[in-house]
Amino acid sequence: MAKTITIRPDAVKLETKSTCCYCGVGCGVVITSENDKIIDVKGDPDHPANFGRLCTKGSTLHHTAKLDARGLFPELRTDRSTLRERASWDTTLDHMVERFATIIAEHGPDAVAFYISGQLLTEDYYVFNKLGKGLIGTNNVDTNSRLCMSSAVAGYKLSLGADSPPACYEDIEHTKCLLIAGSNTAFAHPIVFRRIEDAKANNPDMKIIVVDPRKTDTAEFADLHLPILPGTDVALFNGMLHILLKENLINQSYIDQFTEGFEAVKSLVSDYTPESVAEICGISQQDLRQAAEWFGHGPALSMYCMGLNQSIHGSEKNAALINLHLATGHIGKPGAGPFSLTGQPNAMGGREVGGMANLLSAHRDLANPEHRAEVAQFWGIDEVPAKPGKTAVELFDAVKNGEIKAVWIACTNPAHSMPNLNNVVESLQQAELVILQDAFNNTDSNQYADVFLPATTWGEKEGTVTNSERRITRLQSASSKPGEAKHDWEIVVEFAQRLERKLGKKQGLFNFPTTESIFNEHRESTRGRDLDITGLSYDLLVKEGPQQWPLKAGEQQGKARLYADGVFATPNGKAQFYAADYKETADVVSADYPLHLLTGRLRDQWHGMSRTGTIAQLYNHVEAPVLSMHREDMARYQLIDGDIARIHNQRGSLNISVQASEEVKLGETFMPMHWNSQNMQGLGVNALTTPAIDAKSKQPELKHTTINIEKLDLPWTMTVMRRCQHLDLLAEIRKLLPQFDYATCGLYGREHNGILILQASHHNEPDSKIIAQLDTLLRMTGDIGLLTYDDVKAGISKRILVESGSLTGVRLVGESLAKDWLKQAMLEADFPTEMQRWALAPMRTPPTGQATRGKIICNCLDVSENEIIEVCETGADLVSLQHKLKCGTECGSCVPELKRLVKTYSISKVA
Amino acid sequence: MPTYIHLCTTSEVSKFFSMNKLKLVVVGNGMAGMRTVEELLKIAPELYDITVFGDEPHPNYNRIMLSPVLANEQTIDDIILHTLDWYAENNITLYTGERVTHINRKEKFVETTNGLTASYDRLLIATGSKPFLLPIPGAELAGVIGYRDIEDTNQMIAAAKQYKHAIVIGGGLLGLEAANGLKVRGMNVTVVHRNAWLLERQLDQQAANMLQQSLEKKGIQFELEANTQKMIGDTDGRVTGIQLDSGKTLKADLVVMAVGIRPNFHLGESAGLTCERGIVVDDHLQTSDSDIYAVGECVNHRGVNYGLVAPLYEMANVCASHLAQLGDISYQGSVTSTKLKVTGIDLFSAGNFMGTDASEEILLHDTISDVYKKIVIEDDKIIGSCLYGDTADGAWYFQLLKEHTNIQGIRNHLMFGKTSIEQAA
Repeated sequence: MAKTITIRPDAVKLETKSTCCYCGVGCGVVITSENDKIIDVKGDPDHPANFGRLCTKGSTLHHTAKLDARGLFPELRTDRSTLRERASWDTTLDHMVERFATIIAEHGPDAVAFYISGQLLTEDYYVFNKLGKGLIGTNNVDTNSRLCMSSAVAGYKLSLGADSPPACYEDIEHTKCLLIAGSNTAFAHPIVFRRIEDAKANNPDMKIIVVDPRKTDTAEFADLHLPILPGTDVALFNGMLHILLKENLINQSYIDQFTEGFEAVKSLVSDYTPESVAEICGISQQDLRQAAEWFGHGPALSMYCMGLNQSIHGSEKNAALINLHLATGHIGKPGAGPFSLTGQPNAMGGREVGGMANLLSAHRDLANPEHRAEVAQFWGIDEVPAKPGKTAVELFDAVKNGEIKAVWIACTNPAHSMPNLNNVVESLQQAELVILQDAFNNTDSNQYADVFLPATTWGEKEGTVTNSERRITRLQSASSKPGEAKHDWEIVVEFAQRLERKLGKKQGLFNFPTTESIFNEHRESTRGRDLDITGLSYDLLVKEGPQQWPLKAGEQQGKARLYADGVFATPNGKAQFYAADYKETADVVSADYPLHLLTGRLRDQWHGMSRTGTIAQLYNHVEAPVLSMHREDMARYQLIDGDIARIHNQRGSLNISVQASEEVKLGETFMPMHWNSQNMQGLGVNALTTPAIDAKSKQPELKHTTINIEKLDLPWTMTVMRRCQHLDLLAEIRKLLPQFDYATCGLYGREHNGILILQASHHNEPDSKIIAQLDTLLRMTGDIGLLTYDDVKAGISKRILVESGSLTGVRLVGESLAKDWLKQAMLEADFPTEMQRWALAPMRTPPTGQATRGKIICNCLDVSENEIIEVCETGADLVSLQHKLKCGTECGSCVPELKRLVKTYSISKVA
Repeated sequence: MPTYIHLCTTSEVSKFFSMNKLKLVVVGNGMAGMRTVEELLKIAPELYDITVFGDEPHPNYNRIMLSPVLANEQTIDDIILHTLDWYAENNITLYTGERVTHINRKEKFVETTNGLTASYDRLLIATGSKPFLLPIPGAELAGVIGYRDIEDTNQMIAAAKQYKHAIVIGGGLLGLEAANGLKVRGMNVTVVHRNAWLLERQLDQQAANMLQQSLEKKGIQFELEANTQKMIGDTDGRVTGIQLDSGKTLKADLVVMAVGIRPNFHLGESAGLTCERGIVVDDHLQTSDSDIYAVGECVNHRGVNYGLVAPLYEMANVCASHLAQLGDISYQGSVTSTKLKVTGIDLFSAGNFMGTDASEEILLHDTISDVYKKIVIEDDKIIGSCLYGDTADGAWYFQLLKEHTNIQGIRNHLMFGKTSIEQAA
């Protein structure tokens, strides 16, 4: 319940409980709103996922509660060659119904498709799924969870019989061996990582093994880092099992009693000798043995994420890892079990309602005729179609080849997140009808939509979500719907009711006046299933707080851990060993494409940045797209830090700045997955990634591809920085990105003094009109407050703008040595006259010697890398560092980096 | 040096030293003439008996400091360069208020209005220039003056006490200084200027606009692209106003004509020296008569007349050396730079600041501090610059210009001074 906390005569402050809308940790938040405006957020101290903690992303959520990047009105175009125009909801929905009815009549129900999102609430998901599979009669309902968790789902189902993560967060505190595989938890699931840090501090004997080709901050924290070659996880897990068998660290009685298929696996792994595995994985035998030994002694908990899932052998990687748990019996007990970390806040909830092309309500399988019949009966319809729907990659291929005519995309951004983006873009261009339902208008997919449906978002929405540990939380809305936005479920229900009438179908399938009515129908569908929540209600979730499933009618509490009794969700109750051989990645290094390209996440950004990308301070840690490379590789390609290179393979290319990194191994490169054409010239890393999919999970191998690289000679350069109180300017700047061979744009600073930054390079000097246009756009023309420097012959044109005594604009063409100190100066309130004199000079620092700060490590308290290094160099340890600078004392997301800096700089000083 | 022109042989010189000194007569007691004498005394103090004629009733003073005197920042005493005592100490015979009207080259003597004569072995003509007075109706009215000397300055100071409205015709350096001085002394001042912008010989339009705005802030008004058609006078013969070619009339109790100077070379011309808009001199400042030298604004060197102090001093230096019979240096002409002596206004220009077809320019414009800087470059060398608001680096640019320094390596730093190069290094 929303709680009124303070009352001023003119203002009502409310506190409302909700969850963070980013990753699958599912942290509880308390939103403060004043006069219907969200003004603050803090961690919910009572929520069992986070106990009051939030990471850098979660703790800045209230800054996303602004309307300047939002789509607030329905928009429509009936002619592809025109731009969308604002339309009423009636007109828009009628148009959609008309088009759907026509397409269905002419081409059948499978000519339409829904591509939805793990960020939708369970109730939203439920009605989308029912619309596709129940009303229209197509199973073409797939989601971005396909890109994220479907291999984990397939792995669970292959081995344990159901899509149910058996462990819970508390197991972190109980485990003796934590195996983190293919997850940079420190960045991607920071609050889980805080818990891991605490567990390690309380129990120094706990062993942490991190499997990751990259030496991430997570890997830095590990007792043992296994930097395996990309995609060799199955060999590693088989090799560990080989050693467990040799060392007799398996639990034969558990195997005998509760599992099947061990013999086949045993015979398979006999070939995975330490010698061969060490070679395949590129690690030492000693490290391999150490990992197996620690895991064997247990209790062992494994946490894993995209490194396993986003692979053409993702299901097998999951199953091979679960084999280790089954062989040792490290499952169903405190501190033990396989635990997939969910990428999105409600990928779990989506699967619970069957919101994928191969699923039906309550973890039912579409391929199962009984399950189809159960659902048809439950919904009161004749049948649920048997033909499997198209999964994400297949779906957009079908759009491209004309099999699917209309696609309705909700709360996701396929033009950024799908692999082989050039193909996806073509597909969206060729579709007859693209409907985009989204809260934000700053996504790459937006431009392809014929219909835009404005949806509500975090803070406004209410319903339920399920996090990684099967915990359902009730979200309540803290502010009302802006503009003409509607809740996602409302849009679906209003459309469905119109379509029912249009198609002359039986009415009443969508008699949902509230989210609770949807929840209650979903709840009923779980009766008797593995995720039975018949004991749950909205009331209970509010009164008793978030609950784990299953929670059957009559029970007071959900299950913290599954399979404690050794009875699994398979038909015969036995867990299944799965014999998986190691196979190589879809793309392999070759003479043409000699480098691995790995993708992953940044600490302070999330997904395609439509939300985090609106907050200046979330760029302070990493400002712009960079390709990380090994120093020796850079030397081989004659690259130095900051050079612009073209990376390319058979699917696409990208021009990007390169930087040496200790994180990547020789022959490997890394690029964050967040950046897209909103922040750079080009489509982002997925222009290069492979559309190859896992045969079982249909999940594409987004984590890895191979590339070639060449240095680009782009002599013309430009740096633009402008105080930016409103995102409209950023939106305008974005439109200029395609004009340059290389360009990036983003924000920097803090909320009150945020600036936008545009960097561009080009092979020759662009038309001077572009610069004049830009100056007008930036409002950096005229006679007031402007300082200009022009040397046409040298190709240099620089200008800065000083408004009310502060530096608010910088535009440097041809020479930009001063950009770093000017950037810092822009964040200050005062830009002294003596500095103005040097603002246009080609100098990295002003003569007054103001040092640049470097990247911001502690985002909460705004502490920079250079400040931290300075203190470290006095020999400070973490405690004294934190005491002195306060860094890492709020959300703690930067603690892994602080430790690394202490290690690097304090020790080097002492030595 | 291919030429050796001097008259004296070494034996002659020793004869003079042991017997009578040579006689040097200087016509013109101004800055160019007296600088030459001063230089001469430094290198050959005993060579000449020196006689100086000046038509002003003052010892040598710093003419270019008349504007600060007008602006009440300095006094006449402050700007005296050589006191009467100095002439005495150096055994120089000085005649003030004496205008030389005739040179007898054959007999080698000069004669003044008052009939005084002085014979010479060497004669130095340094008669300077005269303000140009527009030949328009009413130019003869009382209250219409030029701006050249102490007398003019005193007239303006007196007028400012008595009258209200001043017109300055001519928006050049001198005109603007006069306007500023009169404004400081409380008059309503309007500058009438023929061109589209002020100081068109010293500034480009951008800098001139900034200057104009700055002077307007001081209360000076401007009529640009305006020619004065006539002066209007009262029955007492004193000016009361002017009429512009647009038909517009402006009130005036004082009209200062500052439309330029003309070399005052009549004396040389009447003596039959080769003249061409000035007394023609060679690279040793020698006229067509080898016993007669000329320096300063009255000369034409390589076809150029100079009206600024720096070239005059350069000429004086060369001329003194030749008078001293050393003769190892020559005058090659000057590259000039200018400054405006109006307190609170810094401007500087040098060389070809408007550029050529082949030149490039670097521009800096600071609208906050009202600074404008332009450097003109050709073949990687500075050929001109024009600075407004911040002239600190003017001397440096001028040096680079004069020395033909290749600036390629420091091009991006030029605007920001030497510090910037040191910082970047």
